[in-house]
Amino acid sequence: MANLKSSLNLRDKGAEYWERSPKWRRVALAIFFIAICYALPFLNNPLVNTPGSDFQSVLFYPVGMYVLMAIGLNIVVGKSGLLDLGYVAFFAIGAYTMAILGTKTSLNFWEILPIGVGLAMLSGVLLGTPTLRLRGDYLAIVTLGFGEIVRIFAVNTDAIGGSRGIAGIPTPPDVFNAKFTILDPKPYYWMLLTFTLLIIWMVRRMAARRPGRAWDAIRQDDDVAQLMGINTRKYKVWAFVLGAAVAGVGGVVYASQILSIVPDQFNLNISILILACVVFGGIGNVWGVILGAVLLAFTPERIRFLSQPRILVFGIALVVMMNLRPDGILPKKKREHFDPDWHTVEESGEGEIK
Amino acid sequence: MRLEIKDLHVHYGKIEAIKGVSIVVNEGEIVTLIGANGAGKTTMLKTISGLRPVTSGQILFNGEDISKMPAFKRADLGLSQAPEGRGIFVGMTVLENLEMGKYNRKDRKKEMAEDLEKVYHLFPRLKERAFQAGGTLSGGEQQMLAIGRALMSRPKVLLLDEPSMGLAPLMIQNIFNIITEINKTGVTILLVEQNAQQALQRAHRAYVLEVGNVVKEAKASDLLNDPAVRAAYLGTGAH
Ligand SMILES: Nc1ncnc2c1ncn2[C@@H]1O[C@H](COP(=O)(O)OP(=O)(O)OP(=O)(O)O)[C@@H](O)[C@H]1O
Ligand SMILES: [Mg+2]
Repeated sequence: MANLKSSLNLRDKGAEYWERSPKWRRVALAIFFIAICYALPFLNNPLVNTPGSDFQSVLFYPVGMYVLMAIGLNIVVGKSGLLDLGYVAFFAIGAYTMAILGTKTSLNFWEILPIGVGLAMLSGVLLGTPTLRLRGDYLAIVTLGFGEIVRIFAVNTDAIGGSRGIAGIPTPPDVFNAKFTILDPKPYYWMLLTFTLLIIWMVRRMAARRPGRAWDAIRQDDDVAQLMGINTRKYKVWAFVLGAAVAGVGGVVYASQILSIVPDQFNLNISILILACVVFGGIGNVWGVILGAVLLAFTPERIRFLSQPRILVFGIALVVMMNLRPDGILPKKKREHFDPDWHTVEESGEGEIK
Repeated sequence: MRLEIKDLHVHYGKIEAIKGVSIVVNEGEIVTLIGANGAGKTTMLKTISGLRPVTSGQILFNGEDISKMPAFKRADLGLSQAPEGRGIFVGMTVLENLEMGKYNRKDRKKEMAEDLEKVYHLFPRLKERAFQAGGTLSGGEQQMLAIGRALMSRPKVLLLDEPSMGLAPLMIQNIFNIITEINKTGVTILLVEQNAQQALQRAHRAYVLEVGNVVKEAKASDLLNDPAVRAAYLGTGAH
């Protein structure tokens, strides 16, 4: 058991290797990893391919989409410690913005994208400002309610298609040689991957600077954070809004690929699954969260040939894993002792949230 | 910086924990607030620092009523609290905890090295432990860290909630020496203590709090010799 534990301890080994690597090696590793991600649709390995569903489609949805959403939810749940059970609402708002504006106006995908993200953020502010003074369980219930309200509102509003949803959503215009069509999921996957990488970069920058410190403090002790002069309300709302923005990106991209959406796609299950990705992978650690999302999205597709029992198998695997690794597969580093050479105080006003 | 509390009332739901307390802390003083468990000492400090809302009454900081101001802004004014139970960020290193104390200082980059040096001078142990996680410090070390972190913001008024709680006798002496030393550098201190003996020896003036009311106010040295106080808070054998 001890052996298994230490061999599973990839997080510390990986972190150590990374921290000890010179800059050129880090750059090389990052380029290598990113190149592999972009090349994934061409991978024809029977081990990772998904019999029973189209691998290239699976890469876009659910795998890519879950990764993106899990990274967004991790800002909320992992970084600032707010339990949001209605995360799907922001995804839905992004998707509906794309669907409505795409079918009713002549705006194209690139013009709608900032609007969808903006609306998701705005709803994040509207929901977050009054509710973020609630703690723990109460916040979870309120957000859960919000997620359901958005869906039910869509079902009952005929102007946006009611329960039949919206069909005929336009695809994005071509970018260079990449043509966005229903027949080819690859360009969508690459676009999603590009957004995801940008978001990872932004979140990591922020986490290393003042907002990250503030979220850290808030998560550990909200009261003491206030005593340190941190405007905890502001930073909590910002975490919420940034999380919403990421889901908004996901929603807009998703709707432009799938061509038609119905409200019931945006149900509670999605919120729970994305949260499961975050917890399963390792709350707070972006690499863990990505791995968690990949595994949780990919595994049910990989074992699709089992048909009905696959969800049961999947569930059992989850329970077993969480018992082996209660903090997730790649948990956030447990800080006990620090080598002073590793400690880089990045005290910079940059990235400050005004 | 003068801190004046006027007719303060604080509730937890329907329970009134502070029932019209008025106290004054003059610039440069150490004022101590003593009282039995549940008297409302922690509630007083939390209300002054802004973590609890006031029901009515005023909190005057240098003449300005700050009773409606959010806690984080009061910290900016120069009001700093080392909370009861220490309130260390367990997942941050000692150094990171200290850096948090400077979170909102405009000149934090310029001040950092100098203030770290000051805190390390007061608490050499913290320097040795700089890269250890806050959660793995001993109780006494956490107390040092809480005080050190409160000092990082260059407070004008320092609120200390039972700094000697859970410390060994030698360490208690040490902490009180340091509190006196901090006060000598010009920091005004409001000190809440169970260890009335030490607190009264170090403080200039004192208030005795009983179930949400101030029942006595005097020079600290006078209270040390007050028979009623001796019986209630100092035990019979104390000198
Ligand atoms: N969060 C709370 N909810 C309800 N009642 C509370 C709360 N915090 C404190 N009280 C009550 O308010 C009263 C004063 O509590 P407070 O913590 O201020 O006492 P204290 O003087 O600091 O005691 P101690 O010396 O034990 O620390 C107590 O009766 C306590 O039970
Ligand atoms: Mg107390």
